[in-house]
Amino acid sequence: MLYINCPHCGMRSQNEFSYGGDASVKRPELNKEVSDEEWDNFVYNRKSLRGKHLELWQHISGCRQWIKVERDTATHAIFRTFKADEEVA
Amino acid sequence: MTQAFRIENGGLINRDKKLSFKFNGKTYFGYEGDTLASALLANGVHLVGRSFKYHRPRGFFGAGVDEPYAIVQLYRNGETEPNIKATEQELFEGLEAKSVNCWPSVNFDIGAINNFLKIFLPAGFYYKTFMWPKSFWYRIYEPFIRKAAGLGVASTKHDNERYEHKYEYCDLLIAGSGPSGLAGAYAAAKNGAKVILAEDKPRFGGSLLTSDVNIGNQSGKDWAQGIIAELKTMPNVVVKNRSQIFGYYDHNMLVMSEKVSDHLPATKKYHPNKRLWYIRAKEVLISSGSIERPIVFGNNDTPGVMLSSAAKEYLKVYGVLVGRKPLVFTNNDSGYETAIELKKHGVDSVILDSRKNPESEIIDEAKNLGINIKNSFVVVAAQGYKKVKSADIASISEDKKQLGKIENIQCDCICVSGFWTPTIHLASQSGNKTKFKEEIDAFVPGQSKQNEITLGAANGVFSLEETLKTSFTAGSELSKKITENDNKIAIPNVVEKKSSQHDKFWCVPLPKGKNYKRFLDFQNDVAVSDVEIALREGYRSIEHVKRYTTLGMATDQGKTSNLNGLQLVSEIENKVVPAVGHTTFRPPYTPVSIGAIVGREVGKHSKPTRKSPMHSWHEKNNAVFVDAGVWLRPRYYKKGNENLFEASKREAKNVRTNVGVCDVTTLGKIDVKGPDAAELLNRVYTNAWLKLPVGKARYGVMLREDGIVMDDGTTTRISENHYHMTTTTAQAANVLSHLEYYLQLVWPELNVNVVSTTEQWAGAAIAGPKSRDLLQKLFPNSDVSNEGLPFMGYMEGDLFGVKARIFRISFSGELAYEVNVESDYGNFMWEKIIEVGEEFNIQPYGTEALSTLRIEMGHVAGSELDGRTIPFDNALDGLVSKKKDFIGKRSLQRSAFIAEDRQRIVGVVPLDKQTSIPEGSHLVKDDKAPLPNPKLGHISASCWSVEYDNPFSLAILKDGKNMIGQKLFAMSPLKNKVIPVEIVSSHYVDPKGERVRS
Ligand SMILES: [Zn+2]
Repeated sequence: MLYINCPHCGMRSQNEFSYGGDASVKRPELNKEVSDEEWDNFVYNRKSLRGKHLELWQHISGCRQWIKVERDTATHAIFRTFKADEEVA
Repeated sequence: MTQAFRIENGGLINRDKKLSFKFNGKTYFGYEGDTLASALLANGVHLVGRSFKYHRPRGFFGAGVDEPYAIVQLYRNGETEPNIKATEQELFEGLEAKSVNCWPSVNFDIGAINNFLKIFLPAGFYYKTFMWPKSFWYRIYEPFIRKAAGLGVASTKHDNERYEHKYEYCDLLIAGSGPSGLAGAYAAAKNGAKVILAEDKPRFGGSLLTSDVNIGNQSGKDWAQGIIAELKTMPNVVVKNRSQIFGYYDHNMLVMSEKVSDHLPATKKYHPNKRLWYIRAKEVLISSGSIERPIVFGNNDTPGVMLSSAAKEYLKVYGVLVGRKPLVFTNNDSGYETAIELKKHGVDSVILDSRKNPESEIIDEAKNLGINIKNSFVVVAAQGYKKVKSADIASISEDKKQLGKIENIQCDCICVSGFWTPTIHLASQSGNKTKFKEEIDAFVPGQSKQNEITLGAANGVFSLEETLKTSFTAGSELSKKITENDNKIAIPNVVEKKSSQHDKFWCVPLPKGKNYKRFLDFQNDVAVSDVEIALREGYRSIEHVKRYTTLGMATDQGKTSNLNGLQLVSEIENKVVPAVGHTTFRPPYTPVSIGAIVGREVGKHSKPTRKSPMHSWHEKNNAVFVDAGVWLRPRYYKKGNENLFEASKREAKNVRTNVGVCDVTTLGKIDVKGPDAAELLNRVYTNAWLKLPVGKARYGVMLREDGIVMDDGTTTRISENHYHMTTTTAQAANVLSHLEYYLQLVWPELNVNVVSTTEQWAGAAIAGPKSRDLLQKLFPNSDVSNEGLPFMGYMEGDLFGVKARIFRISFSGELAYEVNVESDYGNFMWEKIIEVGEEFNIQPYGTEALSTLRIEMGHVAGSELDGRTIPFDNALDGLVSKKKDFIGKRSLQRSAFIAEDRQRIVGVVPLDKQTSIPEGSHLVKDDKAPLPNPKLGHISASCWSVEYDNPFSLAILKDGKNMIGQKLFAMSPLKNKVIPVEIVSSHYVDPKGERVRS
C-alpha cells in the first residue's frame, strides 16, 4: 500500500485516496473548435509510461483535494506531490 | 501411554502441566509448551501423513515454519482448520488433529498405489495425461484427483471466530528475535525509537535457545531472556511472539499475523483468534535467520529423516529424543553440534561427514566425547517404509562421483545437515535484488530497495560475534537518524566455538542399478528425476521448471527445497547457480488464514449500512428492505400474506388513485454555493442553467467527457447564489468528486463551493392526485395551489413548527411533491404525513412501487443510465443544448452517436398481455434464427403496469425511434423464455405529462 504525502494533510495511506489518471492531460477550452484528433487525445489516448509519471489522486477520505503525484509506475517510488494549483517544474 | 522419548529433565516445557490430546483418534499426553509435533515425537509417533502425489509415508522434517510434511487438520472448540503445521501448533488440553492426504487412514492409504506406479507419474504427468480425452476431465480425473489430493478440508460452517485488523506505525520494525533482532531492538530502544519486535514462535531468542554459546558471561538463552524482559518494560517497545511478518509491501508497509488464541483450547470472550497488523515502519531490520537445508539422498523422505537442527531443537526446547540410534549425515559442523547435544543426554550417534579431513573446535569436542565419526562418508539411501530402520552408507570419492562399497547400518533416525540457507523472503519481497554468496552456496540480500537492512544469519553471517556487533550498531545508527539520540551500548563478550568450512556437496549419486527416489521438494513430491525430465524436455527458465515440476510451489514455498533445486539445474545445465537465478518470493511467507485477511469485514460488517431517519418507522410497519448501494430502503410494506408482487401493485395503484409517500432520503444531495454556481451548473449539465429563477427547480442530465450519461437529477435555486443539487442514490459520491475535479483542476477560477448534504436532509416524496390536498393540510399557512406552487416550483414552509423545504417535482409522473426537513426531524415529518394523510387514504410505498411508477411513465433510472448510453438513447436529447458548451458535448459528435439507427429507449408489451418479460432479455427479430441470434436490444426494466393491468417493460433498442409498432421476440435463455412482444412508446402512461402539471 502506497504512502502518499498529501500536500494539505501530510503522509497518508493509499486507501484514503482514489486515483484520477494522468495529470498532464489538459482539457480543451470550452466553446473552442476542437478537432477529432485533439478530442480523442484528451478523452482516450494515454501513454502507458514505464517510469516517472505525473498523476492525479483525490484525498477522498481526507481533505477531498485533488493533488498531483509524481510516481514511478515501475517501482512505485513517489518523488514529489503537489497541490492542484501548484506548477510542476 | 508413556512419553517414551521424553528425557527426564531439560527443555523449556512446563512439566508440571500435563496435557492430553488426540491424534487420529488416539489419546496421548504432552506438556504445556509442547508443539503438537514435539508431543507426538515424545510419544514415538513419527508417521503423521502421506505425501501429496505418491502418498508415501511422511514424518517430521523440521521443527517450525520450514516443515514440509507434518500438515494436519486441526479440531478446536467445535471448529476445524486445515493446513496446520504440527511443528507450529502449540499443544493445549483437548487438542484434536488428524492426518491429511490419506484415505482411509494414515497406516493404510489407497493413494499409496501411486507410489508403486511412480514410474508413470513423472513431472508434467498431470498436464500430459489428464488433458485427454477432454470429456474425461470433469467426470473421472478431476473428482479422483480432488479426493486424492489436498491438504485438508475447509470447514463449510460459518466461522464463529473473530479476527481483527490493526494499523500501526513505528520507527523500527524487527522481523525475528534471534541474536540479531534482540541486539538491534535493544540498541534502537535505548535511543528512544519506537520499536516493534516480532517473533513467529512462542518463545523469543531464535537460535540462542538451542546453541551452545555465551554472551556477557551468561548462556545465550539467559542473555536473550534478560534482553526481552528489559524490552518489555520499555514504553517505546512492543514485543510480540506468535507473530509472523509474512509480507513486505510498497513504501515500507509490512503485514504481520498475530496468533492470539491458537494456543488455547478456546478463544477467550472478546478476544480475536488472530490479529492482522498493518505496520508502516520507517526502518525495517530483517533478522529472520536461516533454515538448514537437506542433503539429497535415496528415500530421503522416509519418516525419521529430519534436519539436524530440528533434532537439536526437539531435544533442547522440548526435551524430546527423535531417536535412540541416530545417524548424523552432514557436510558442515552443524551436524556435530546435534551429535554433541545427543551425547550429553546419553545417546550415541554415528556422524557421516562428506568432508575428508575437517578440523575445528566443534569437531574436536565431538572427538573428545568419543563420538563415532566417519569422514568422506555418505548416506546412499534410507531403508524402512513407515520409519527409518537402517541406512545404506558408503564412502565417497573426493570428486563426489564414486561411491565405495555399500554397507548397511542400523539406525532409527537420520539427522541431515547440508548447511544453511538465509531466509531472504522479506528482503526479496521488498524489491531487494538478491545476490549469490559463493562461500555459503546461497542467496543473500543485495542492494536494499526500501528502508530495509538484513543482518545475522539472514544475511549469510553465521558468526554470533559478528552478528551481535553489526546488529547493535545498526540498531543504534537507524534509531539515531530518527530520534537523534546517541546512547552508546557496550557490546557484550561472546564465547562461541569456531566452525570449519562446509562442503559444497548436496546430492548423493545413485549407486549402479538403483533408482531410489531422491526428493528435492518434500511437500510436492518433486524428485531429482522430475527436474531432469523437465530439462530434457526443453524447459530452461527456472520459473518454467518450477511450474512444470511444481518444485517449490507447495505451501512451504520451497523453504527447504529451492536451493537444492537450483543446484541441480545449474549442474545439469552446466551454469553457475546465480546464472540460473531463483524464482520470485511472493507474500505470504507462510499460509495465512482467510479469516485473518478478511478481519471484521464479514457478513453485515463487510460494508457500512446506511439507514434513513425513518428506518425504525419502516421496521415497525412491516417494511421488507432491499440493499440500495450501502443504504437499506423499504422495498415494500407487507400487509397480511401479501407477496412482493401483490404489495407493490397495491402501493403503486394507491399512488395513481389516492396518495402515497416514499422515503427518498437516500437521494444524493449536494449544496452548490457561490457567485459562479450557475456557471458551474451550466457547464456540468447538458441543458441551460443561467436563467433559472430563485425558487425554481430544473431537471438536468450530466455527461462524462466521453458523452456517456453520468447521472441525472433536479437542482433547485434556493437563493441567489445557493443551489440544492440532487443526484441518484448510486452516483452521489461520484458526482461530488466529479464537481470537485472540475472546480479544483479545470476551472479553479470559478468561485463555487460544493459539499455533500445527503445526510443533513430527510426526504419524503408525496405523490398522487390527492397530494395537494394533503400538502395543504400539512402546510396550512402556505399557498400550495397550482399558481402558488407550480410544477418545478420551490418554497419553504412550516411543518408544525419545523422548517421544511417543499419541492414540486415528480418521479412517479403523478402530481407530486418532495418535502425535506433536517434529518433529526425526519421521523417527525414522516409520522405527521401519515397521520394527516389518513383521510386521503395515504399508504407508504417502497422502491418496487416506485420502479413500477417510473417505468410505466418512461422515466429513466440506473438501469437505463448504465454507463453505456448517451442522452439520445434515453430520449433525453431534448435536454441537450445546441448553444452552449458543456462537459462531454464534443463527444456527442462521434459518428456512432449520431448514426441514423442509433439505439433508443422504447416500451415493450407482451402480445398476450400476460407474460412478464425478464429483465436482461434480448430483443430479436426471429426467435428461430440460428445462434448467435442477432441482438437488436435488451430489456432494461420490467414492471406490471398498474394503469393498464398488464406487463410493461422498457428496452434500449437499435433504431428504437422507428421501431414503434413492430413485433419482435424477447428471449431469455437464462429463464428459458421466448415472448412475442410489441414495441410501443416508452411513455406508456400520460404521454403528454399532464398529471404533473395538474
Ligand atoms: Zn489531504
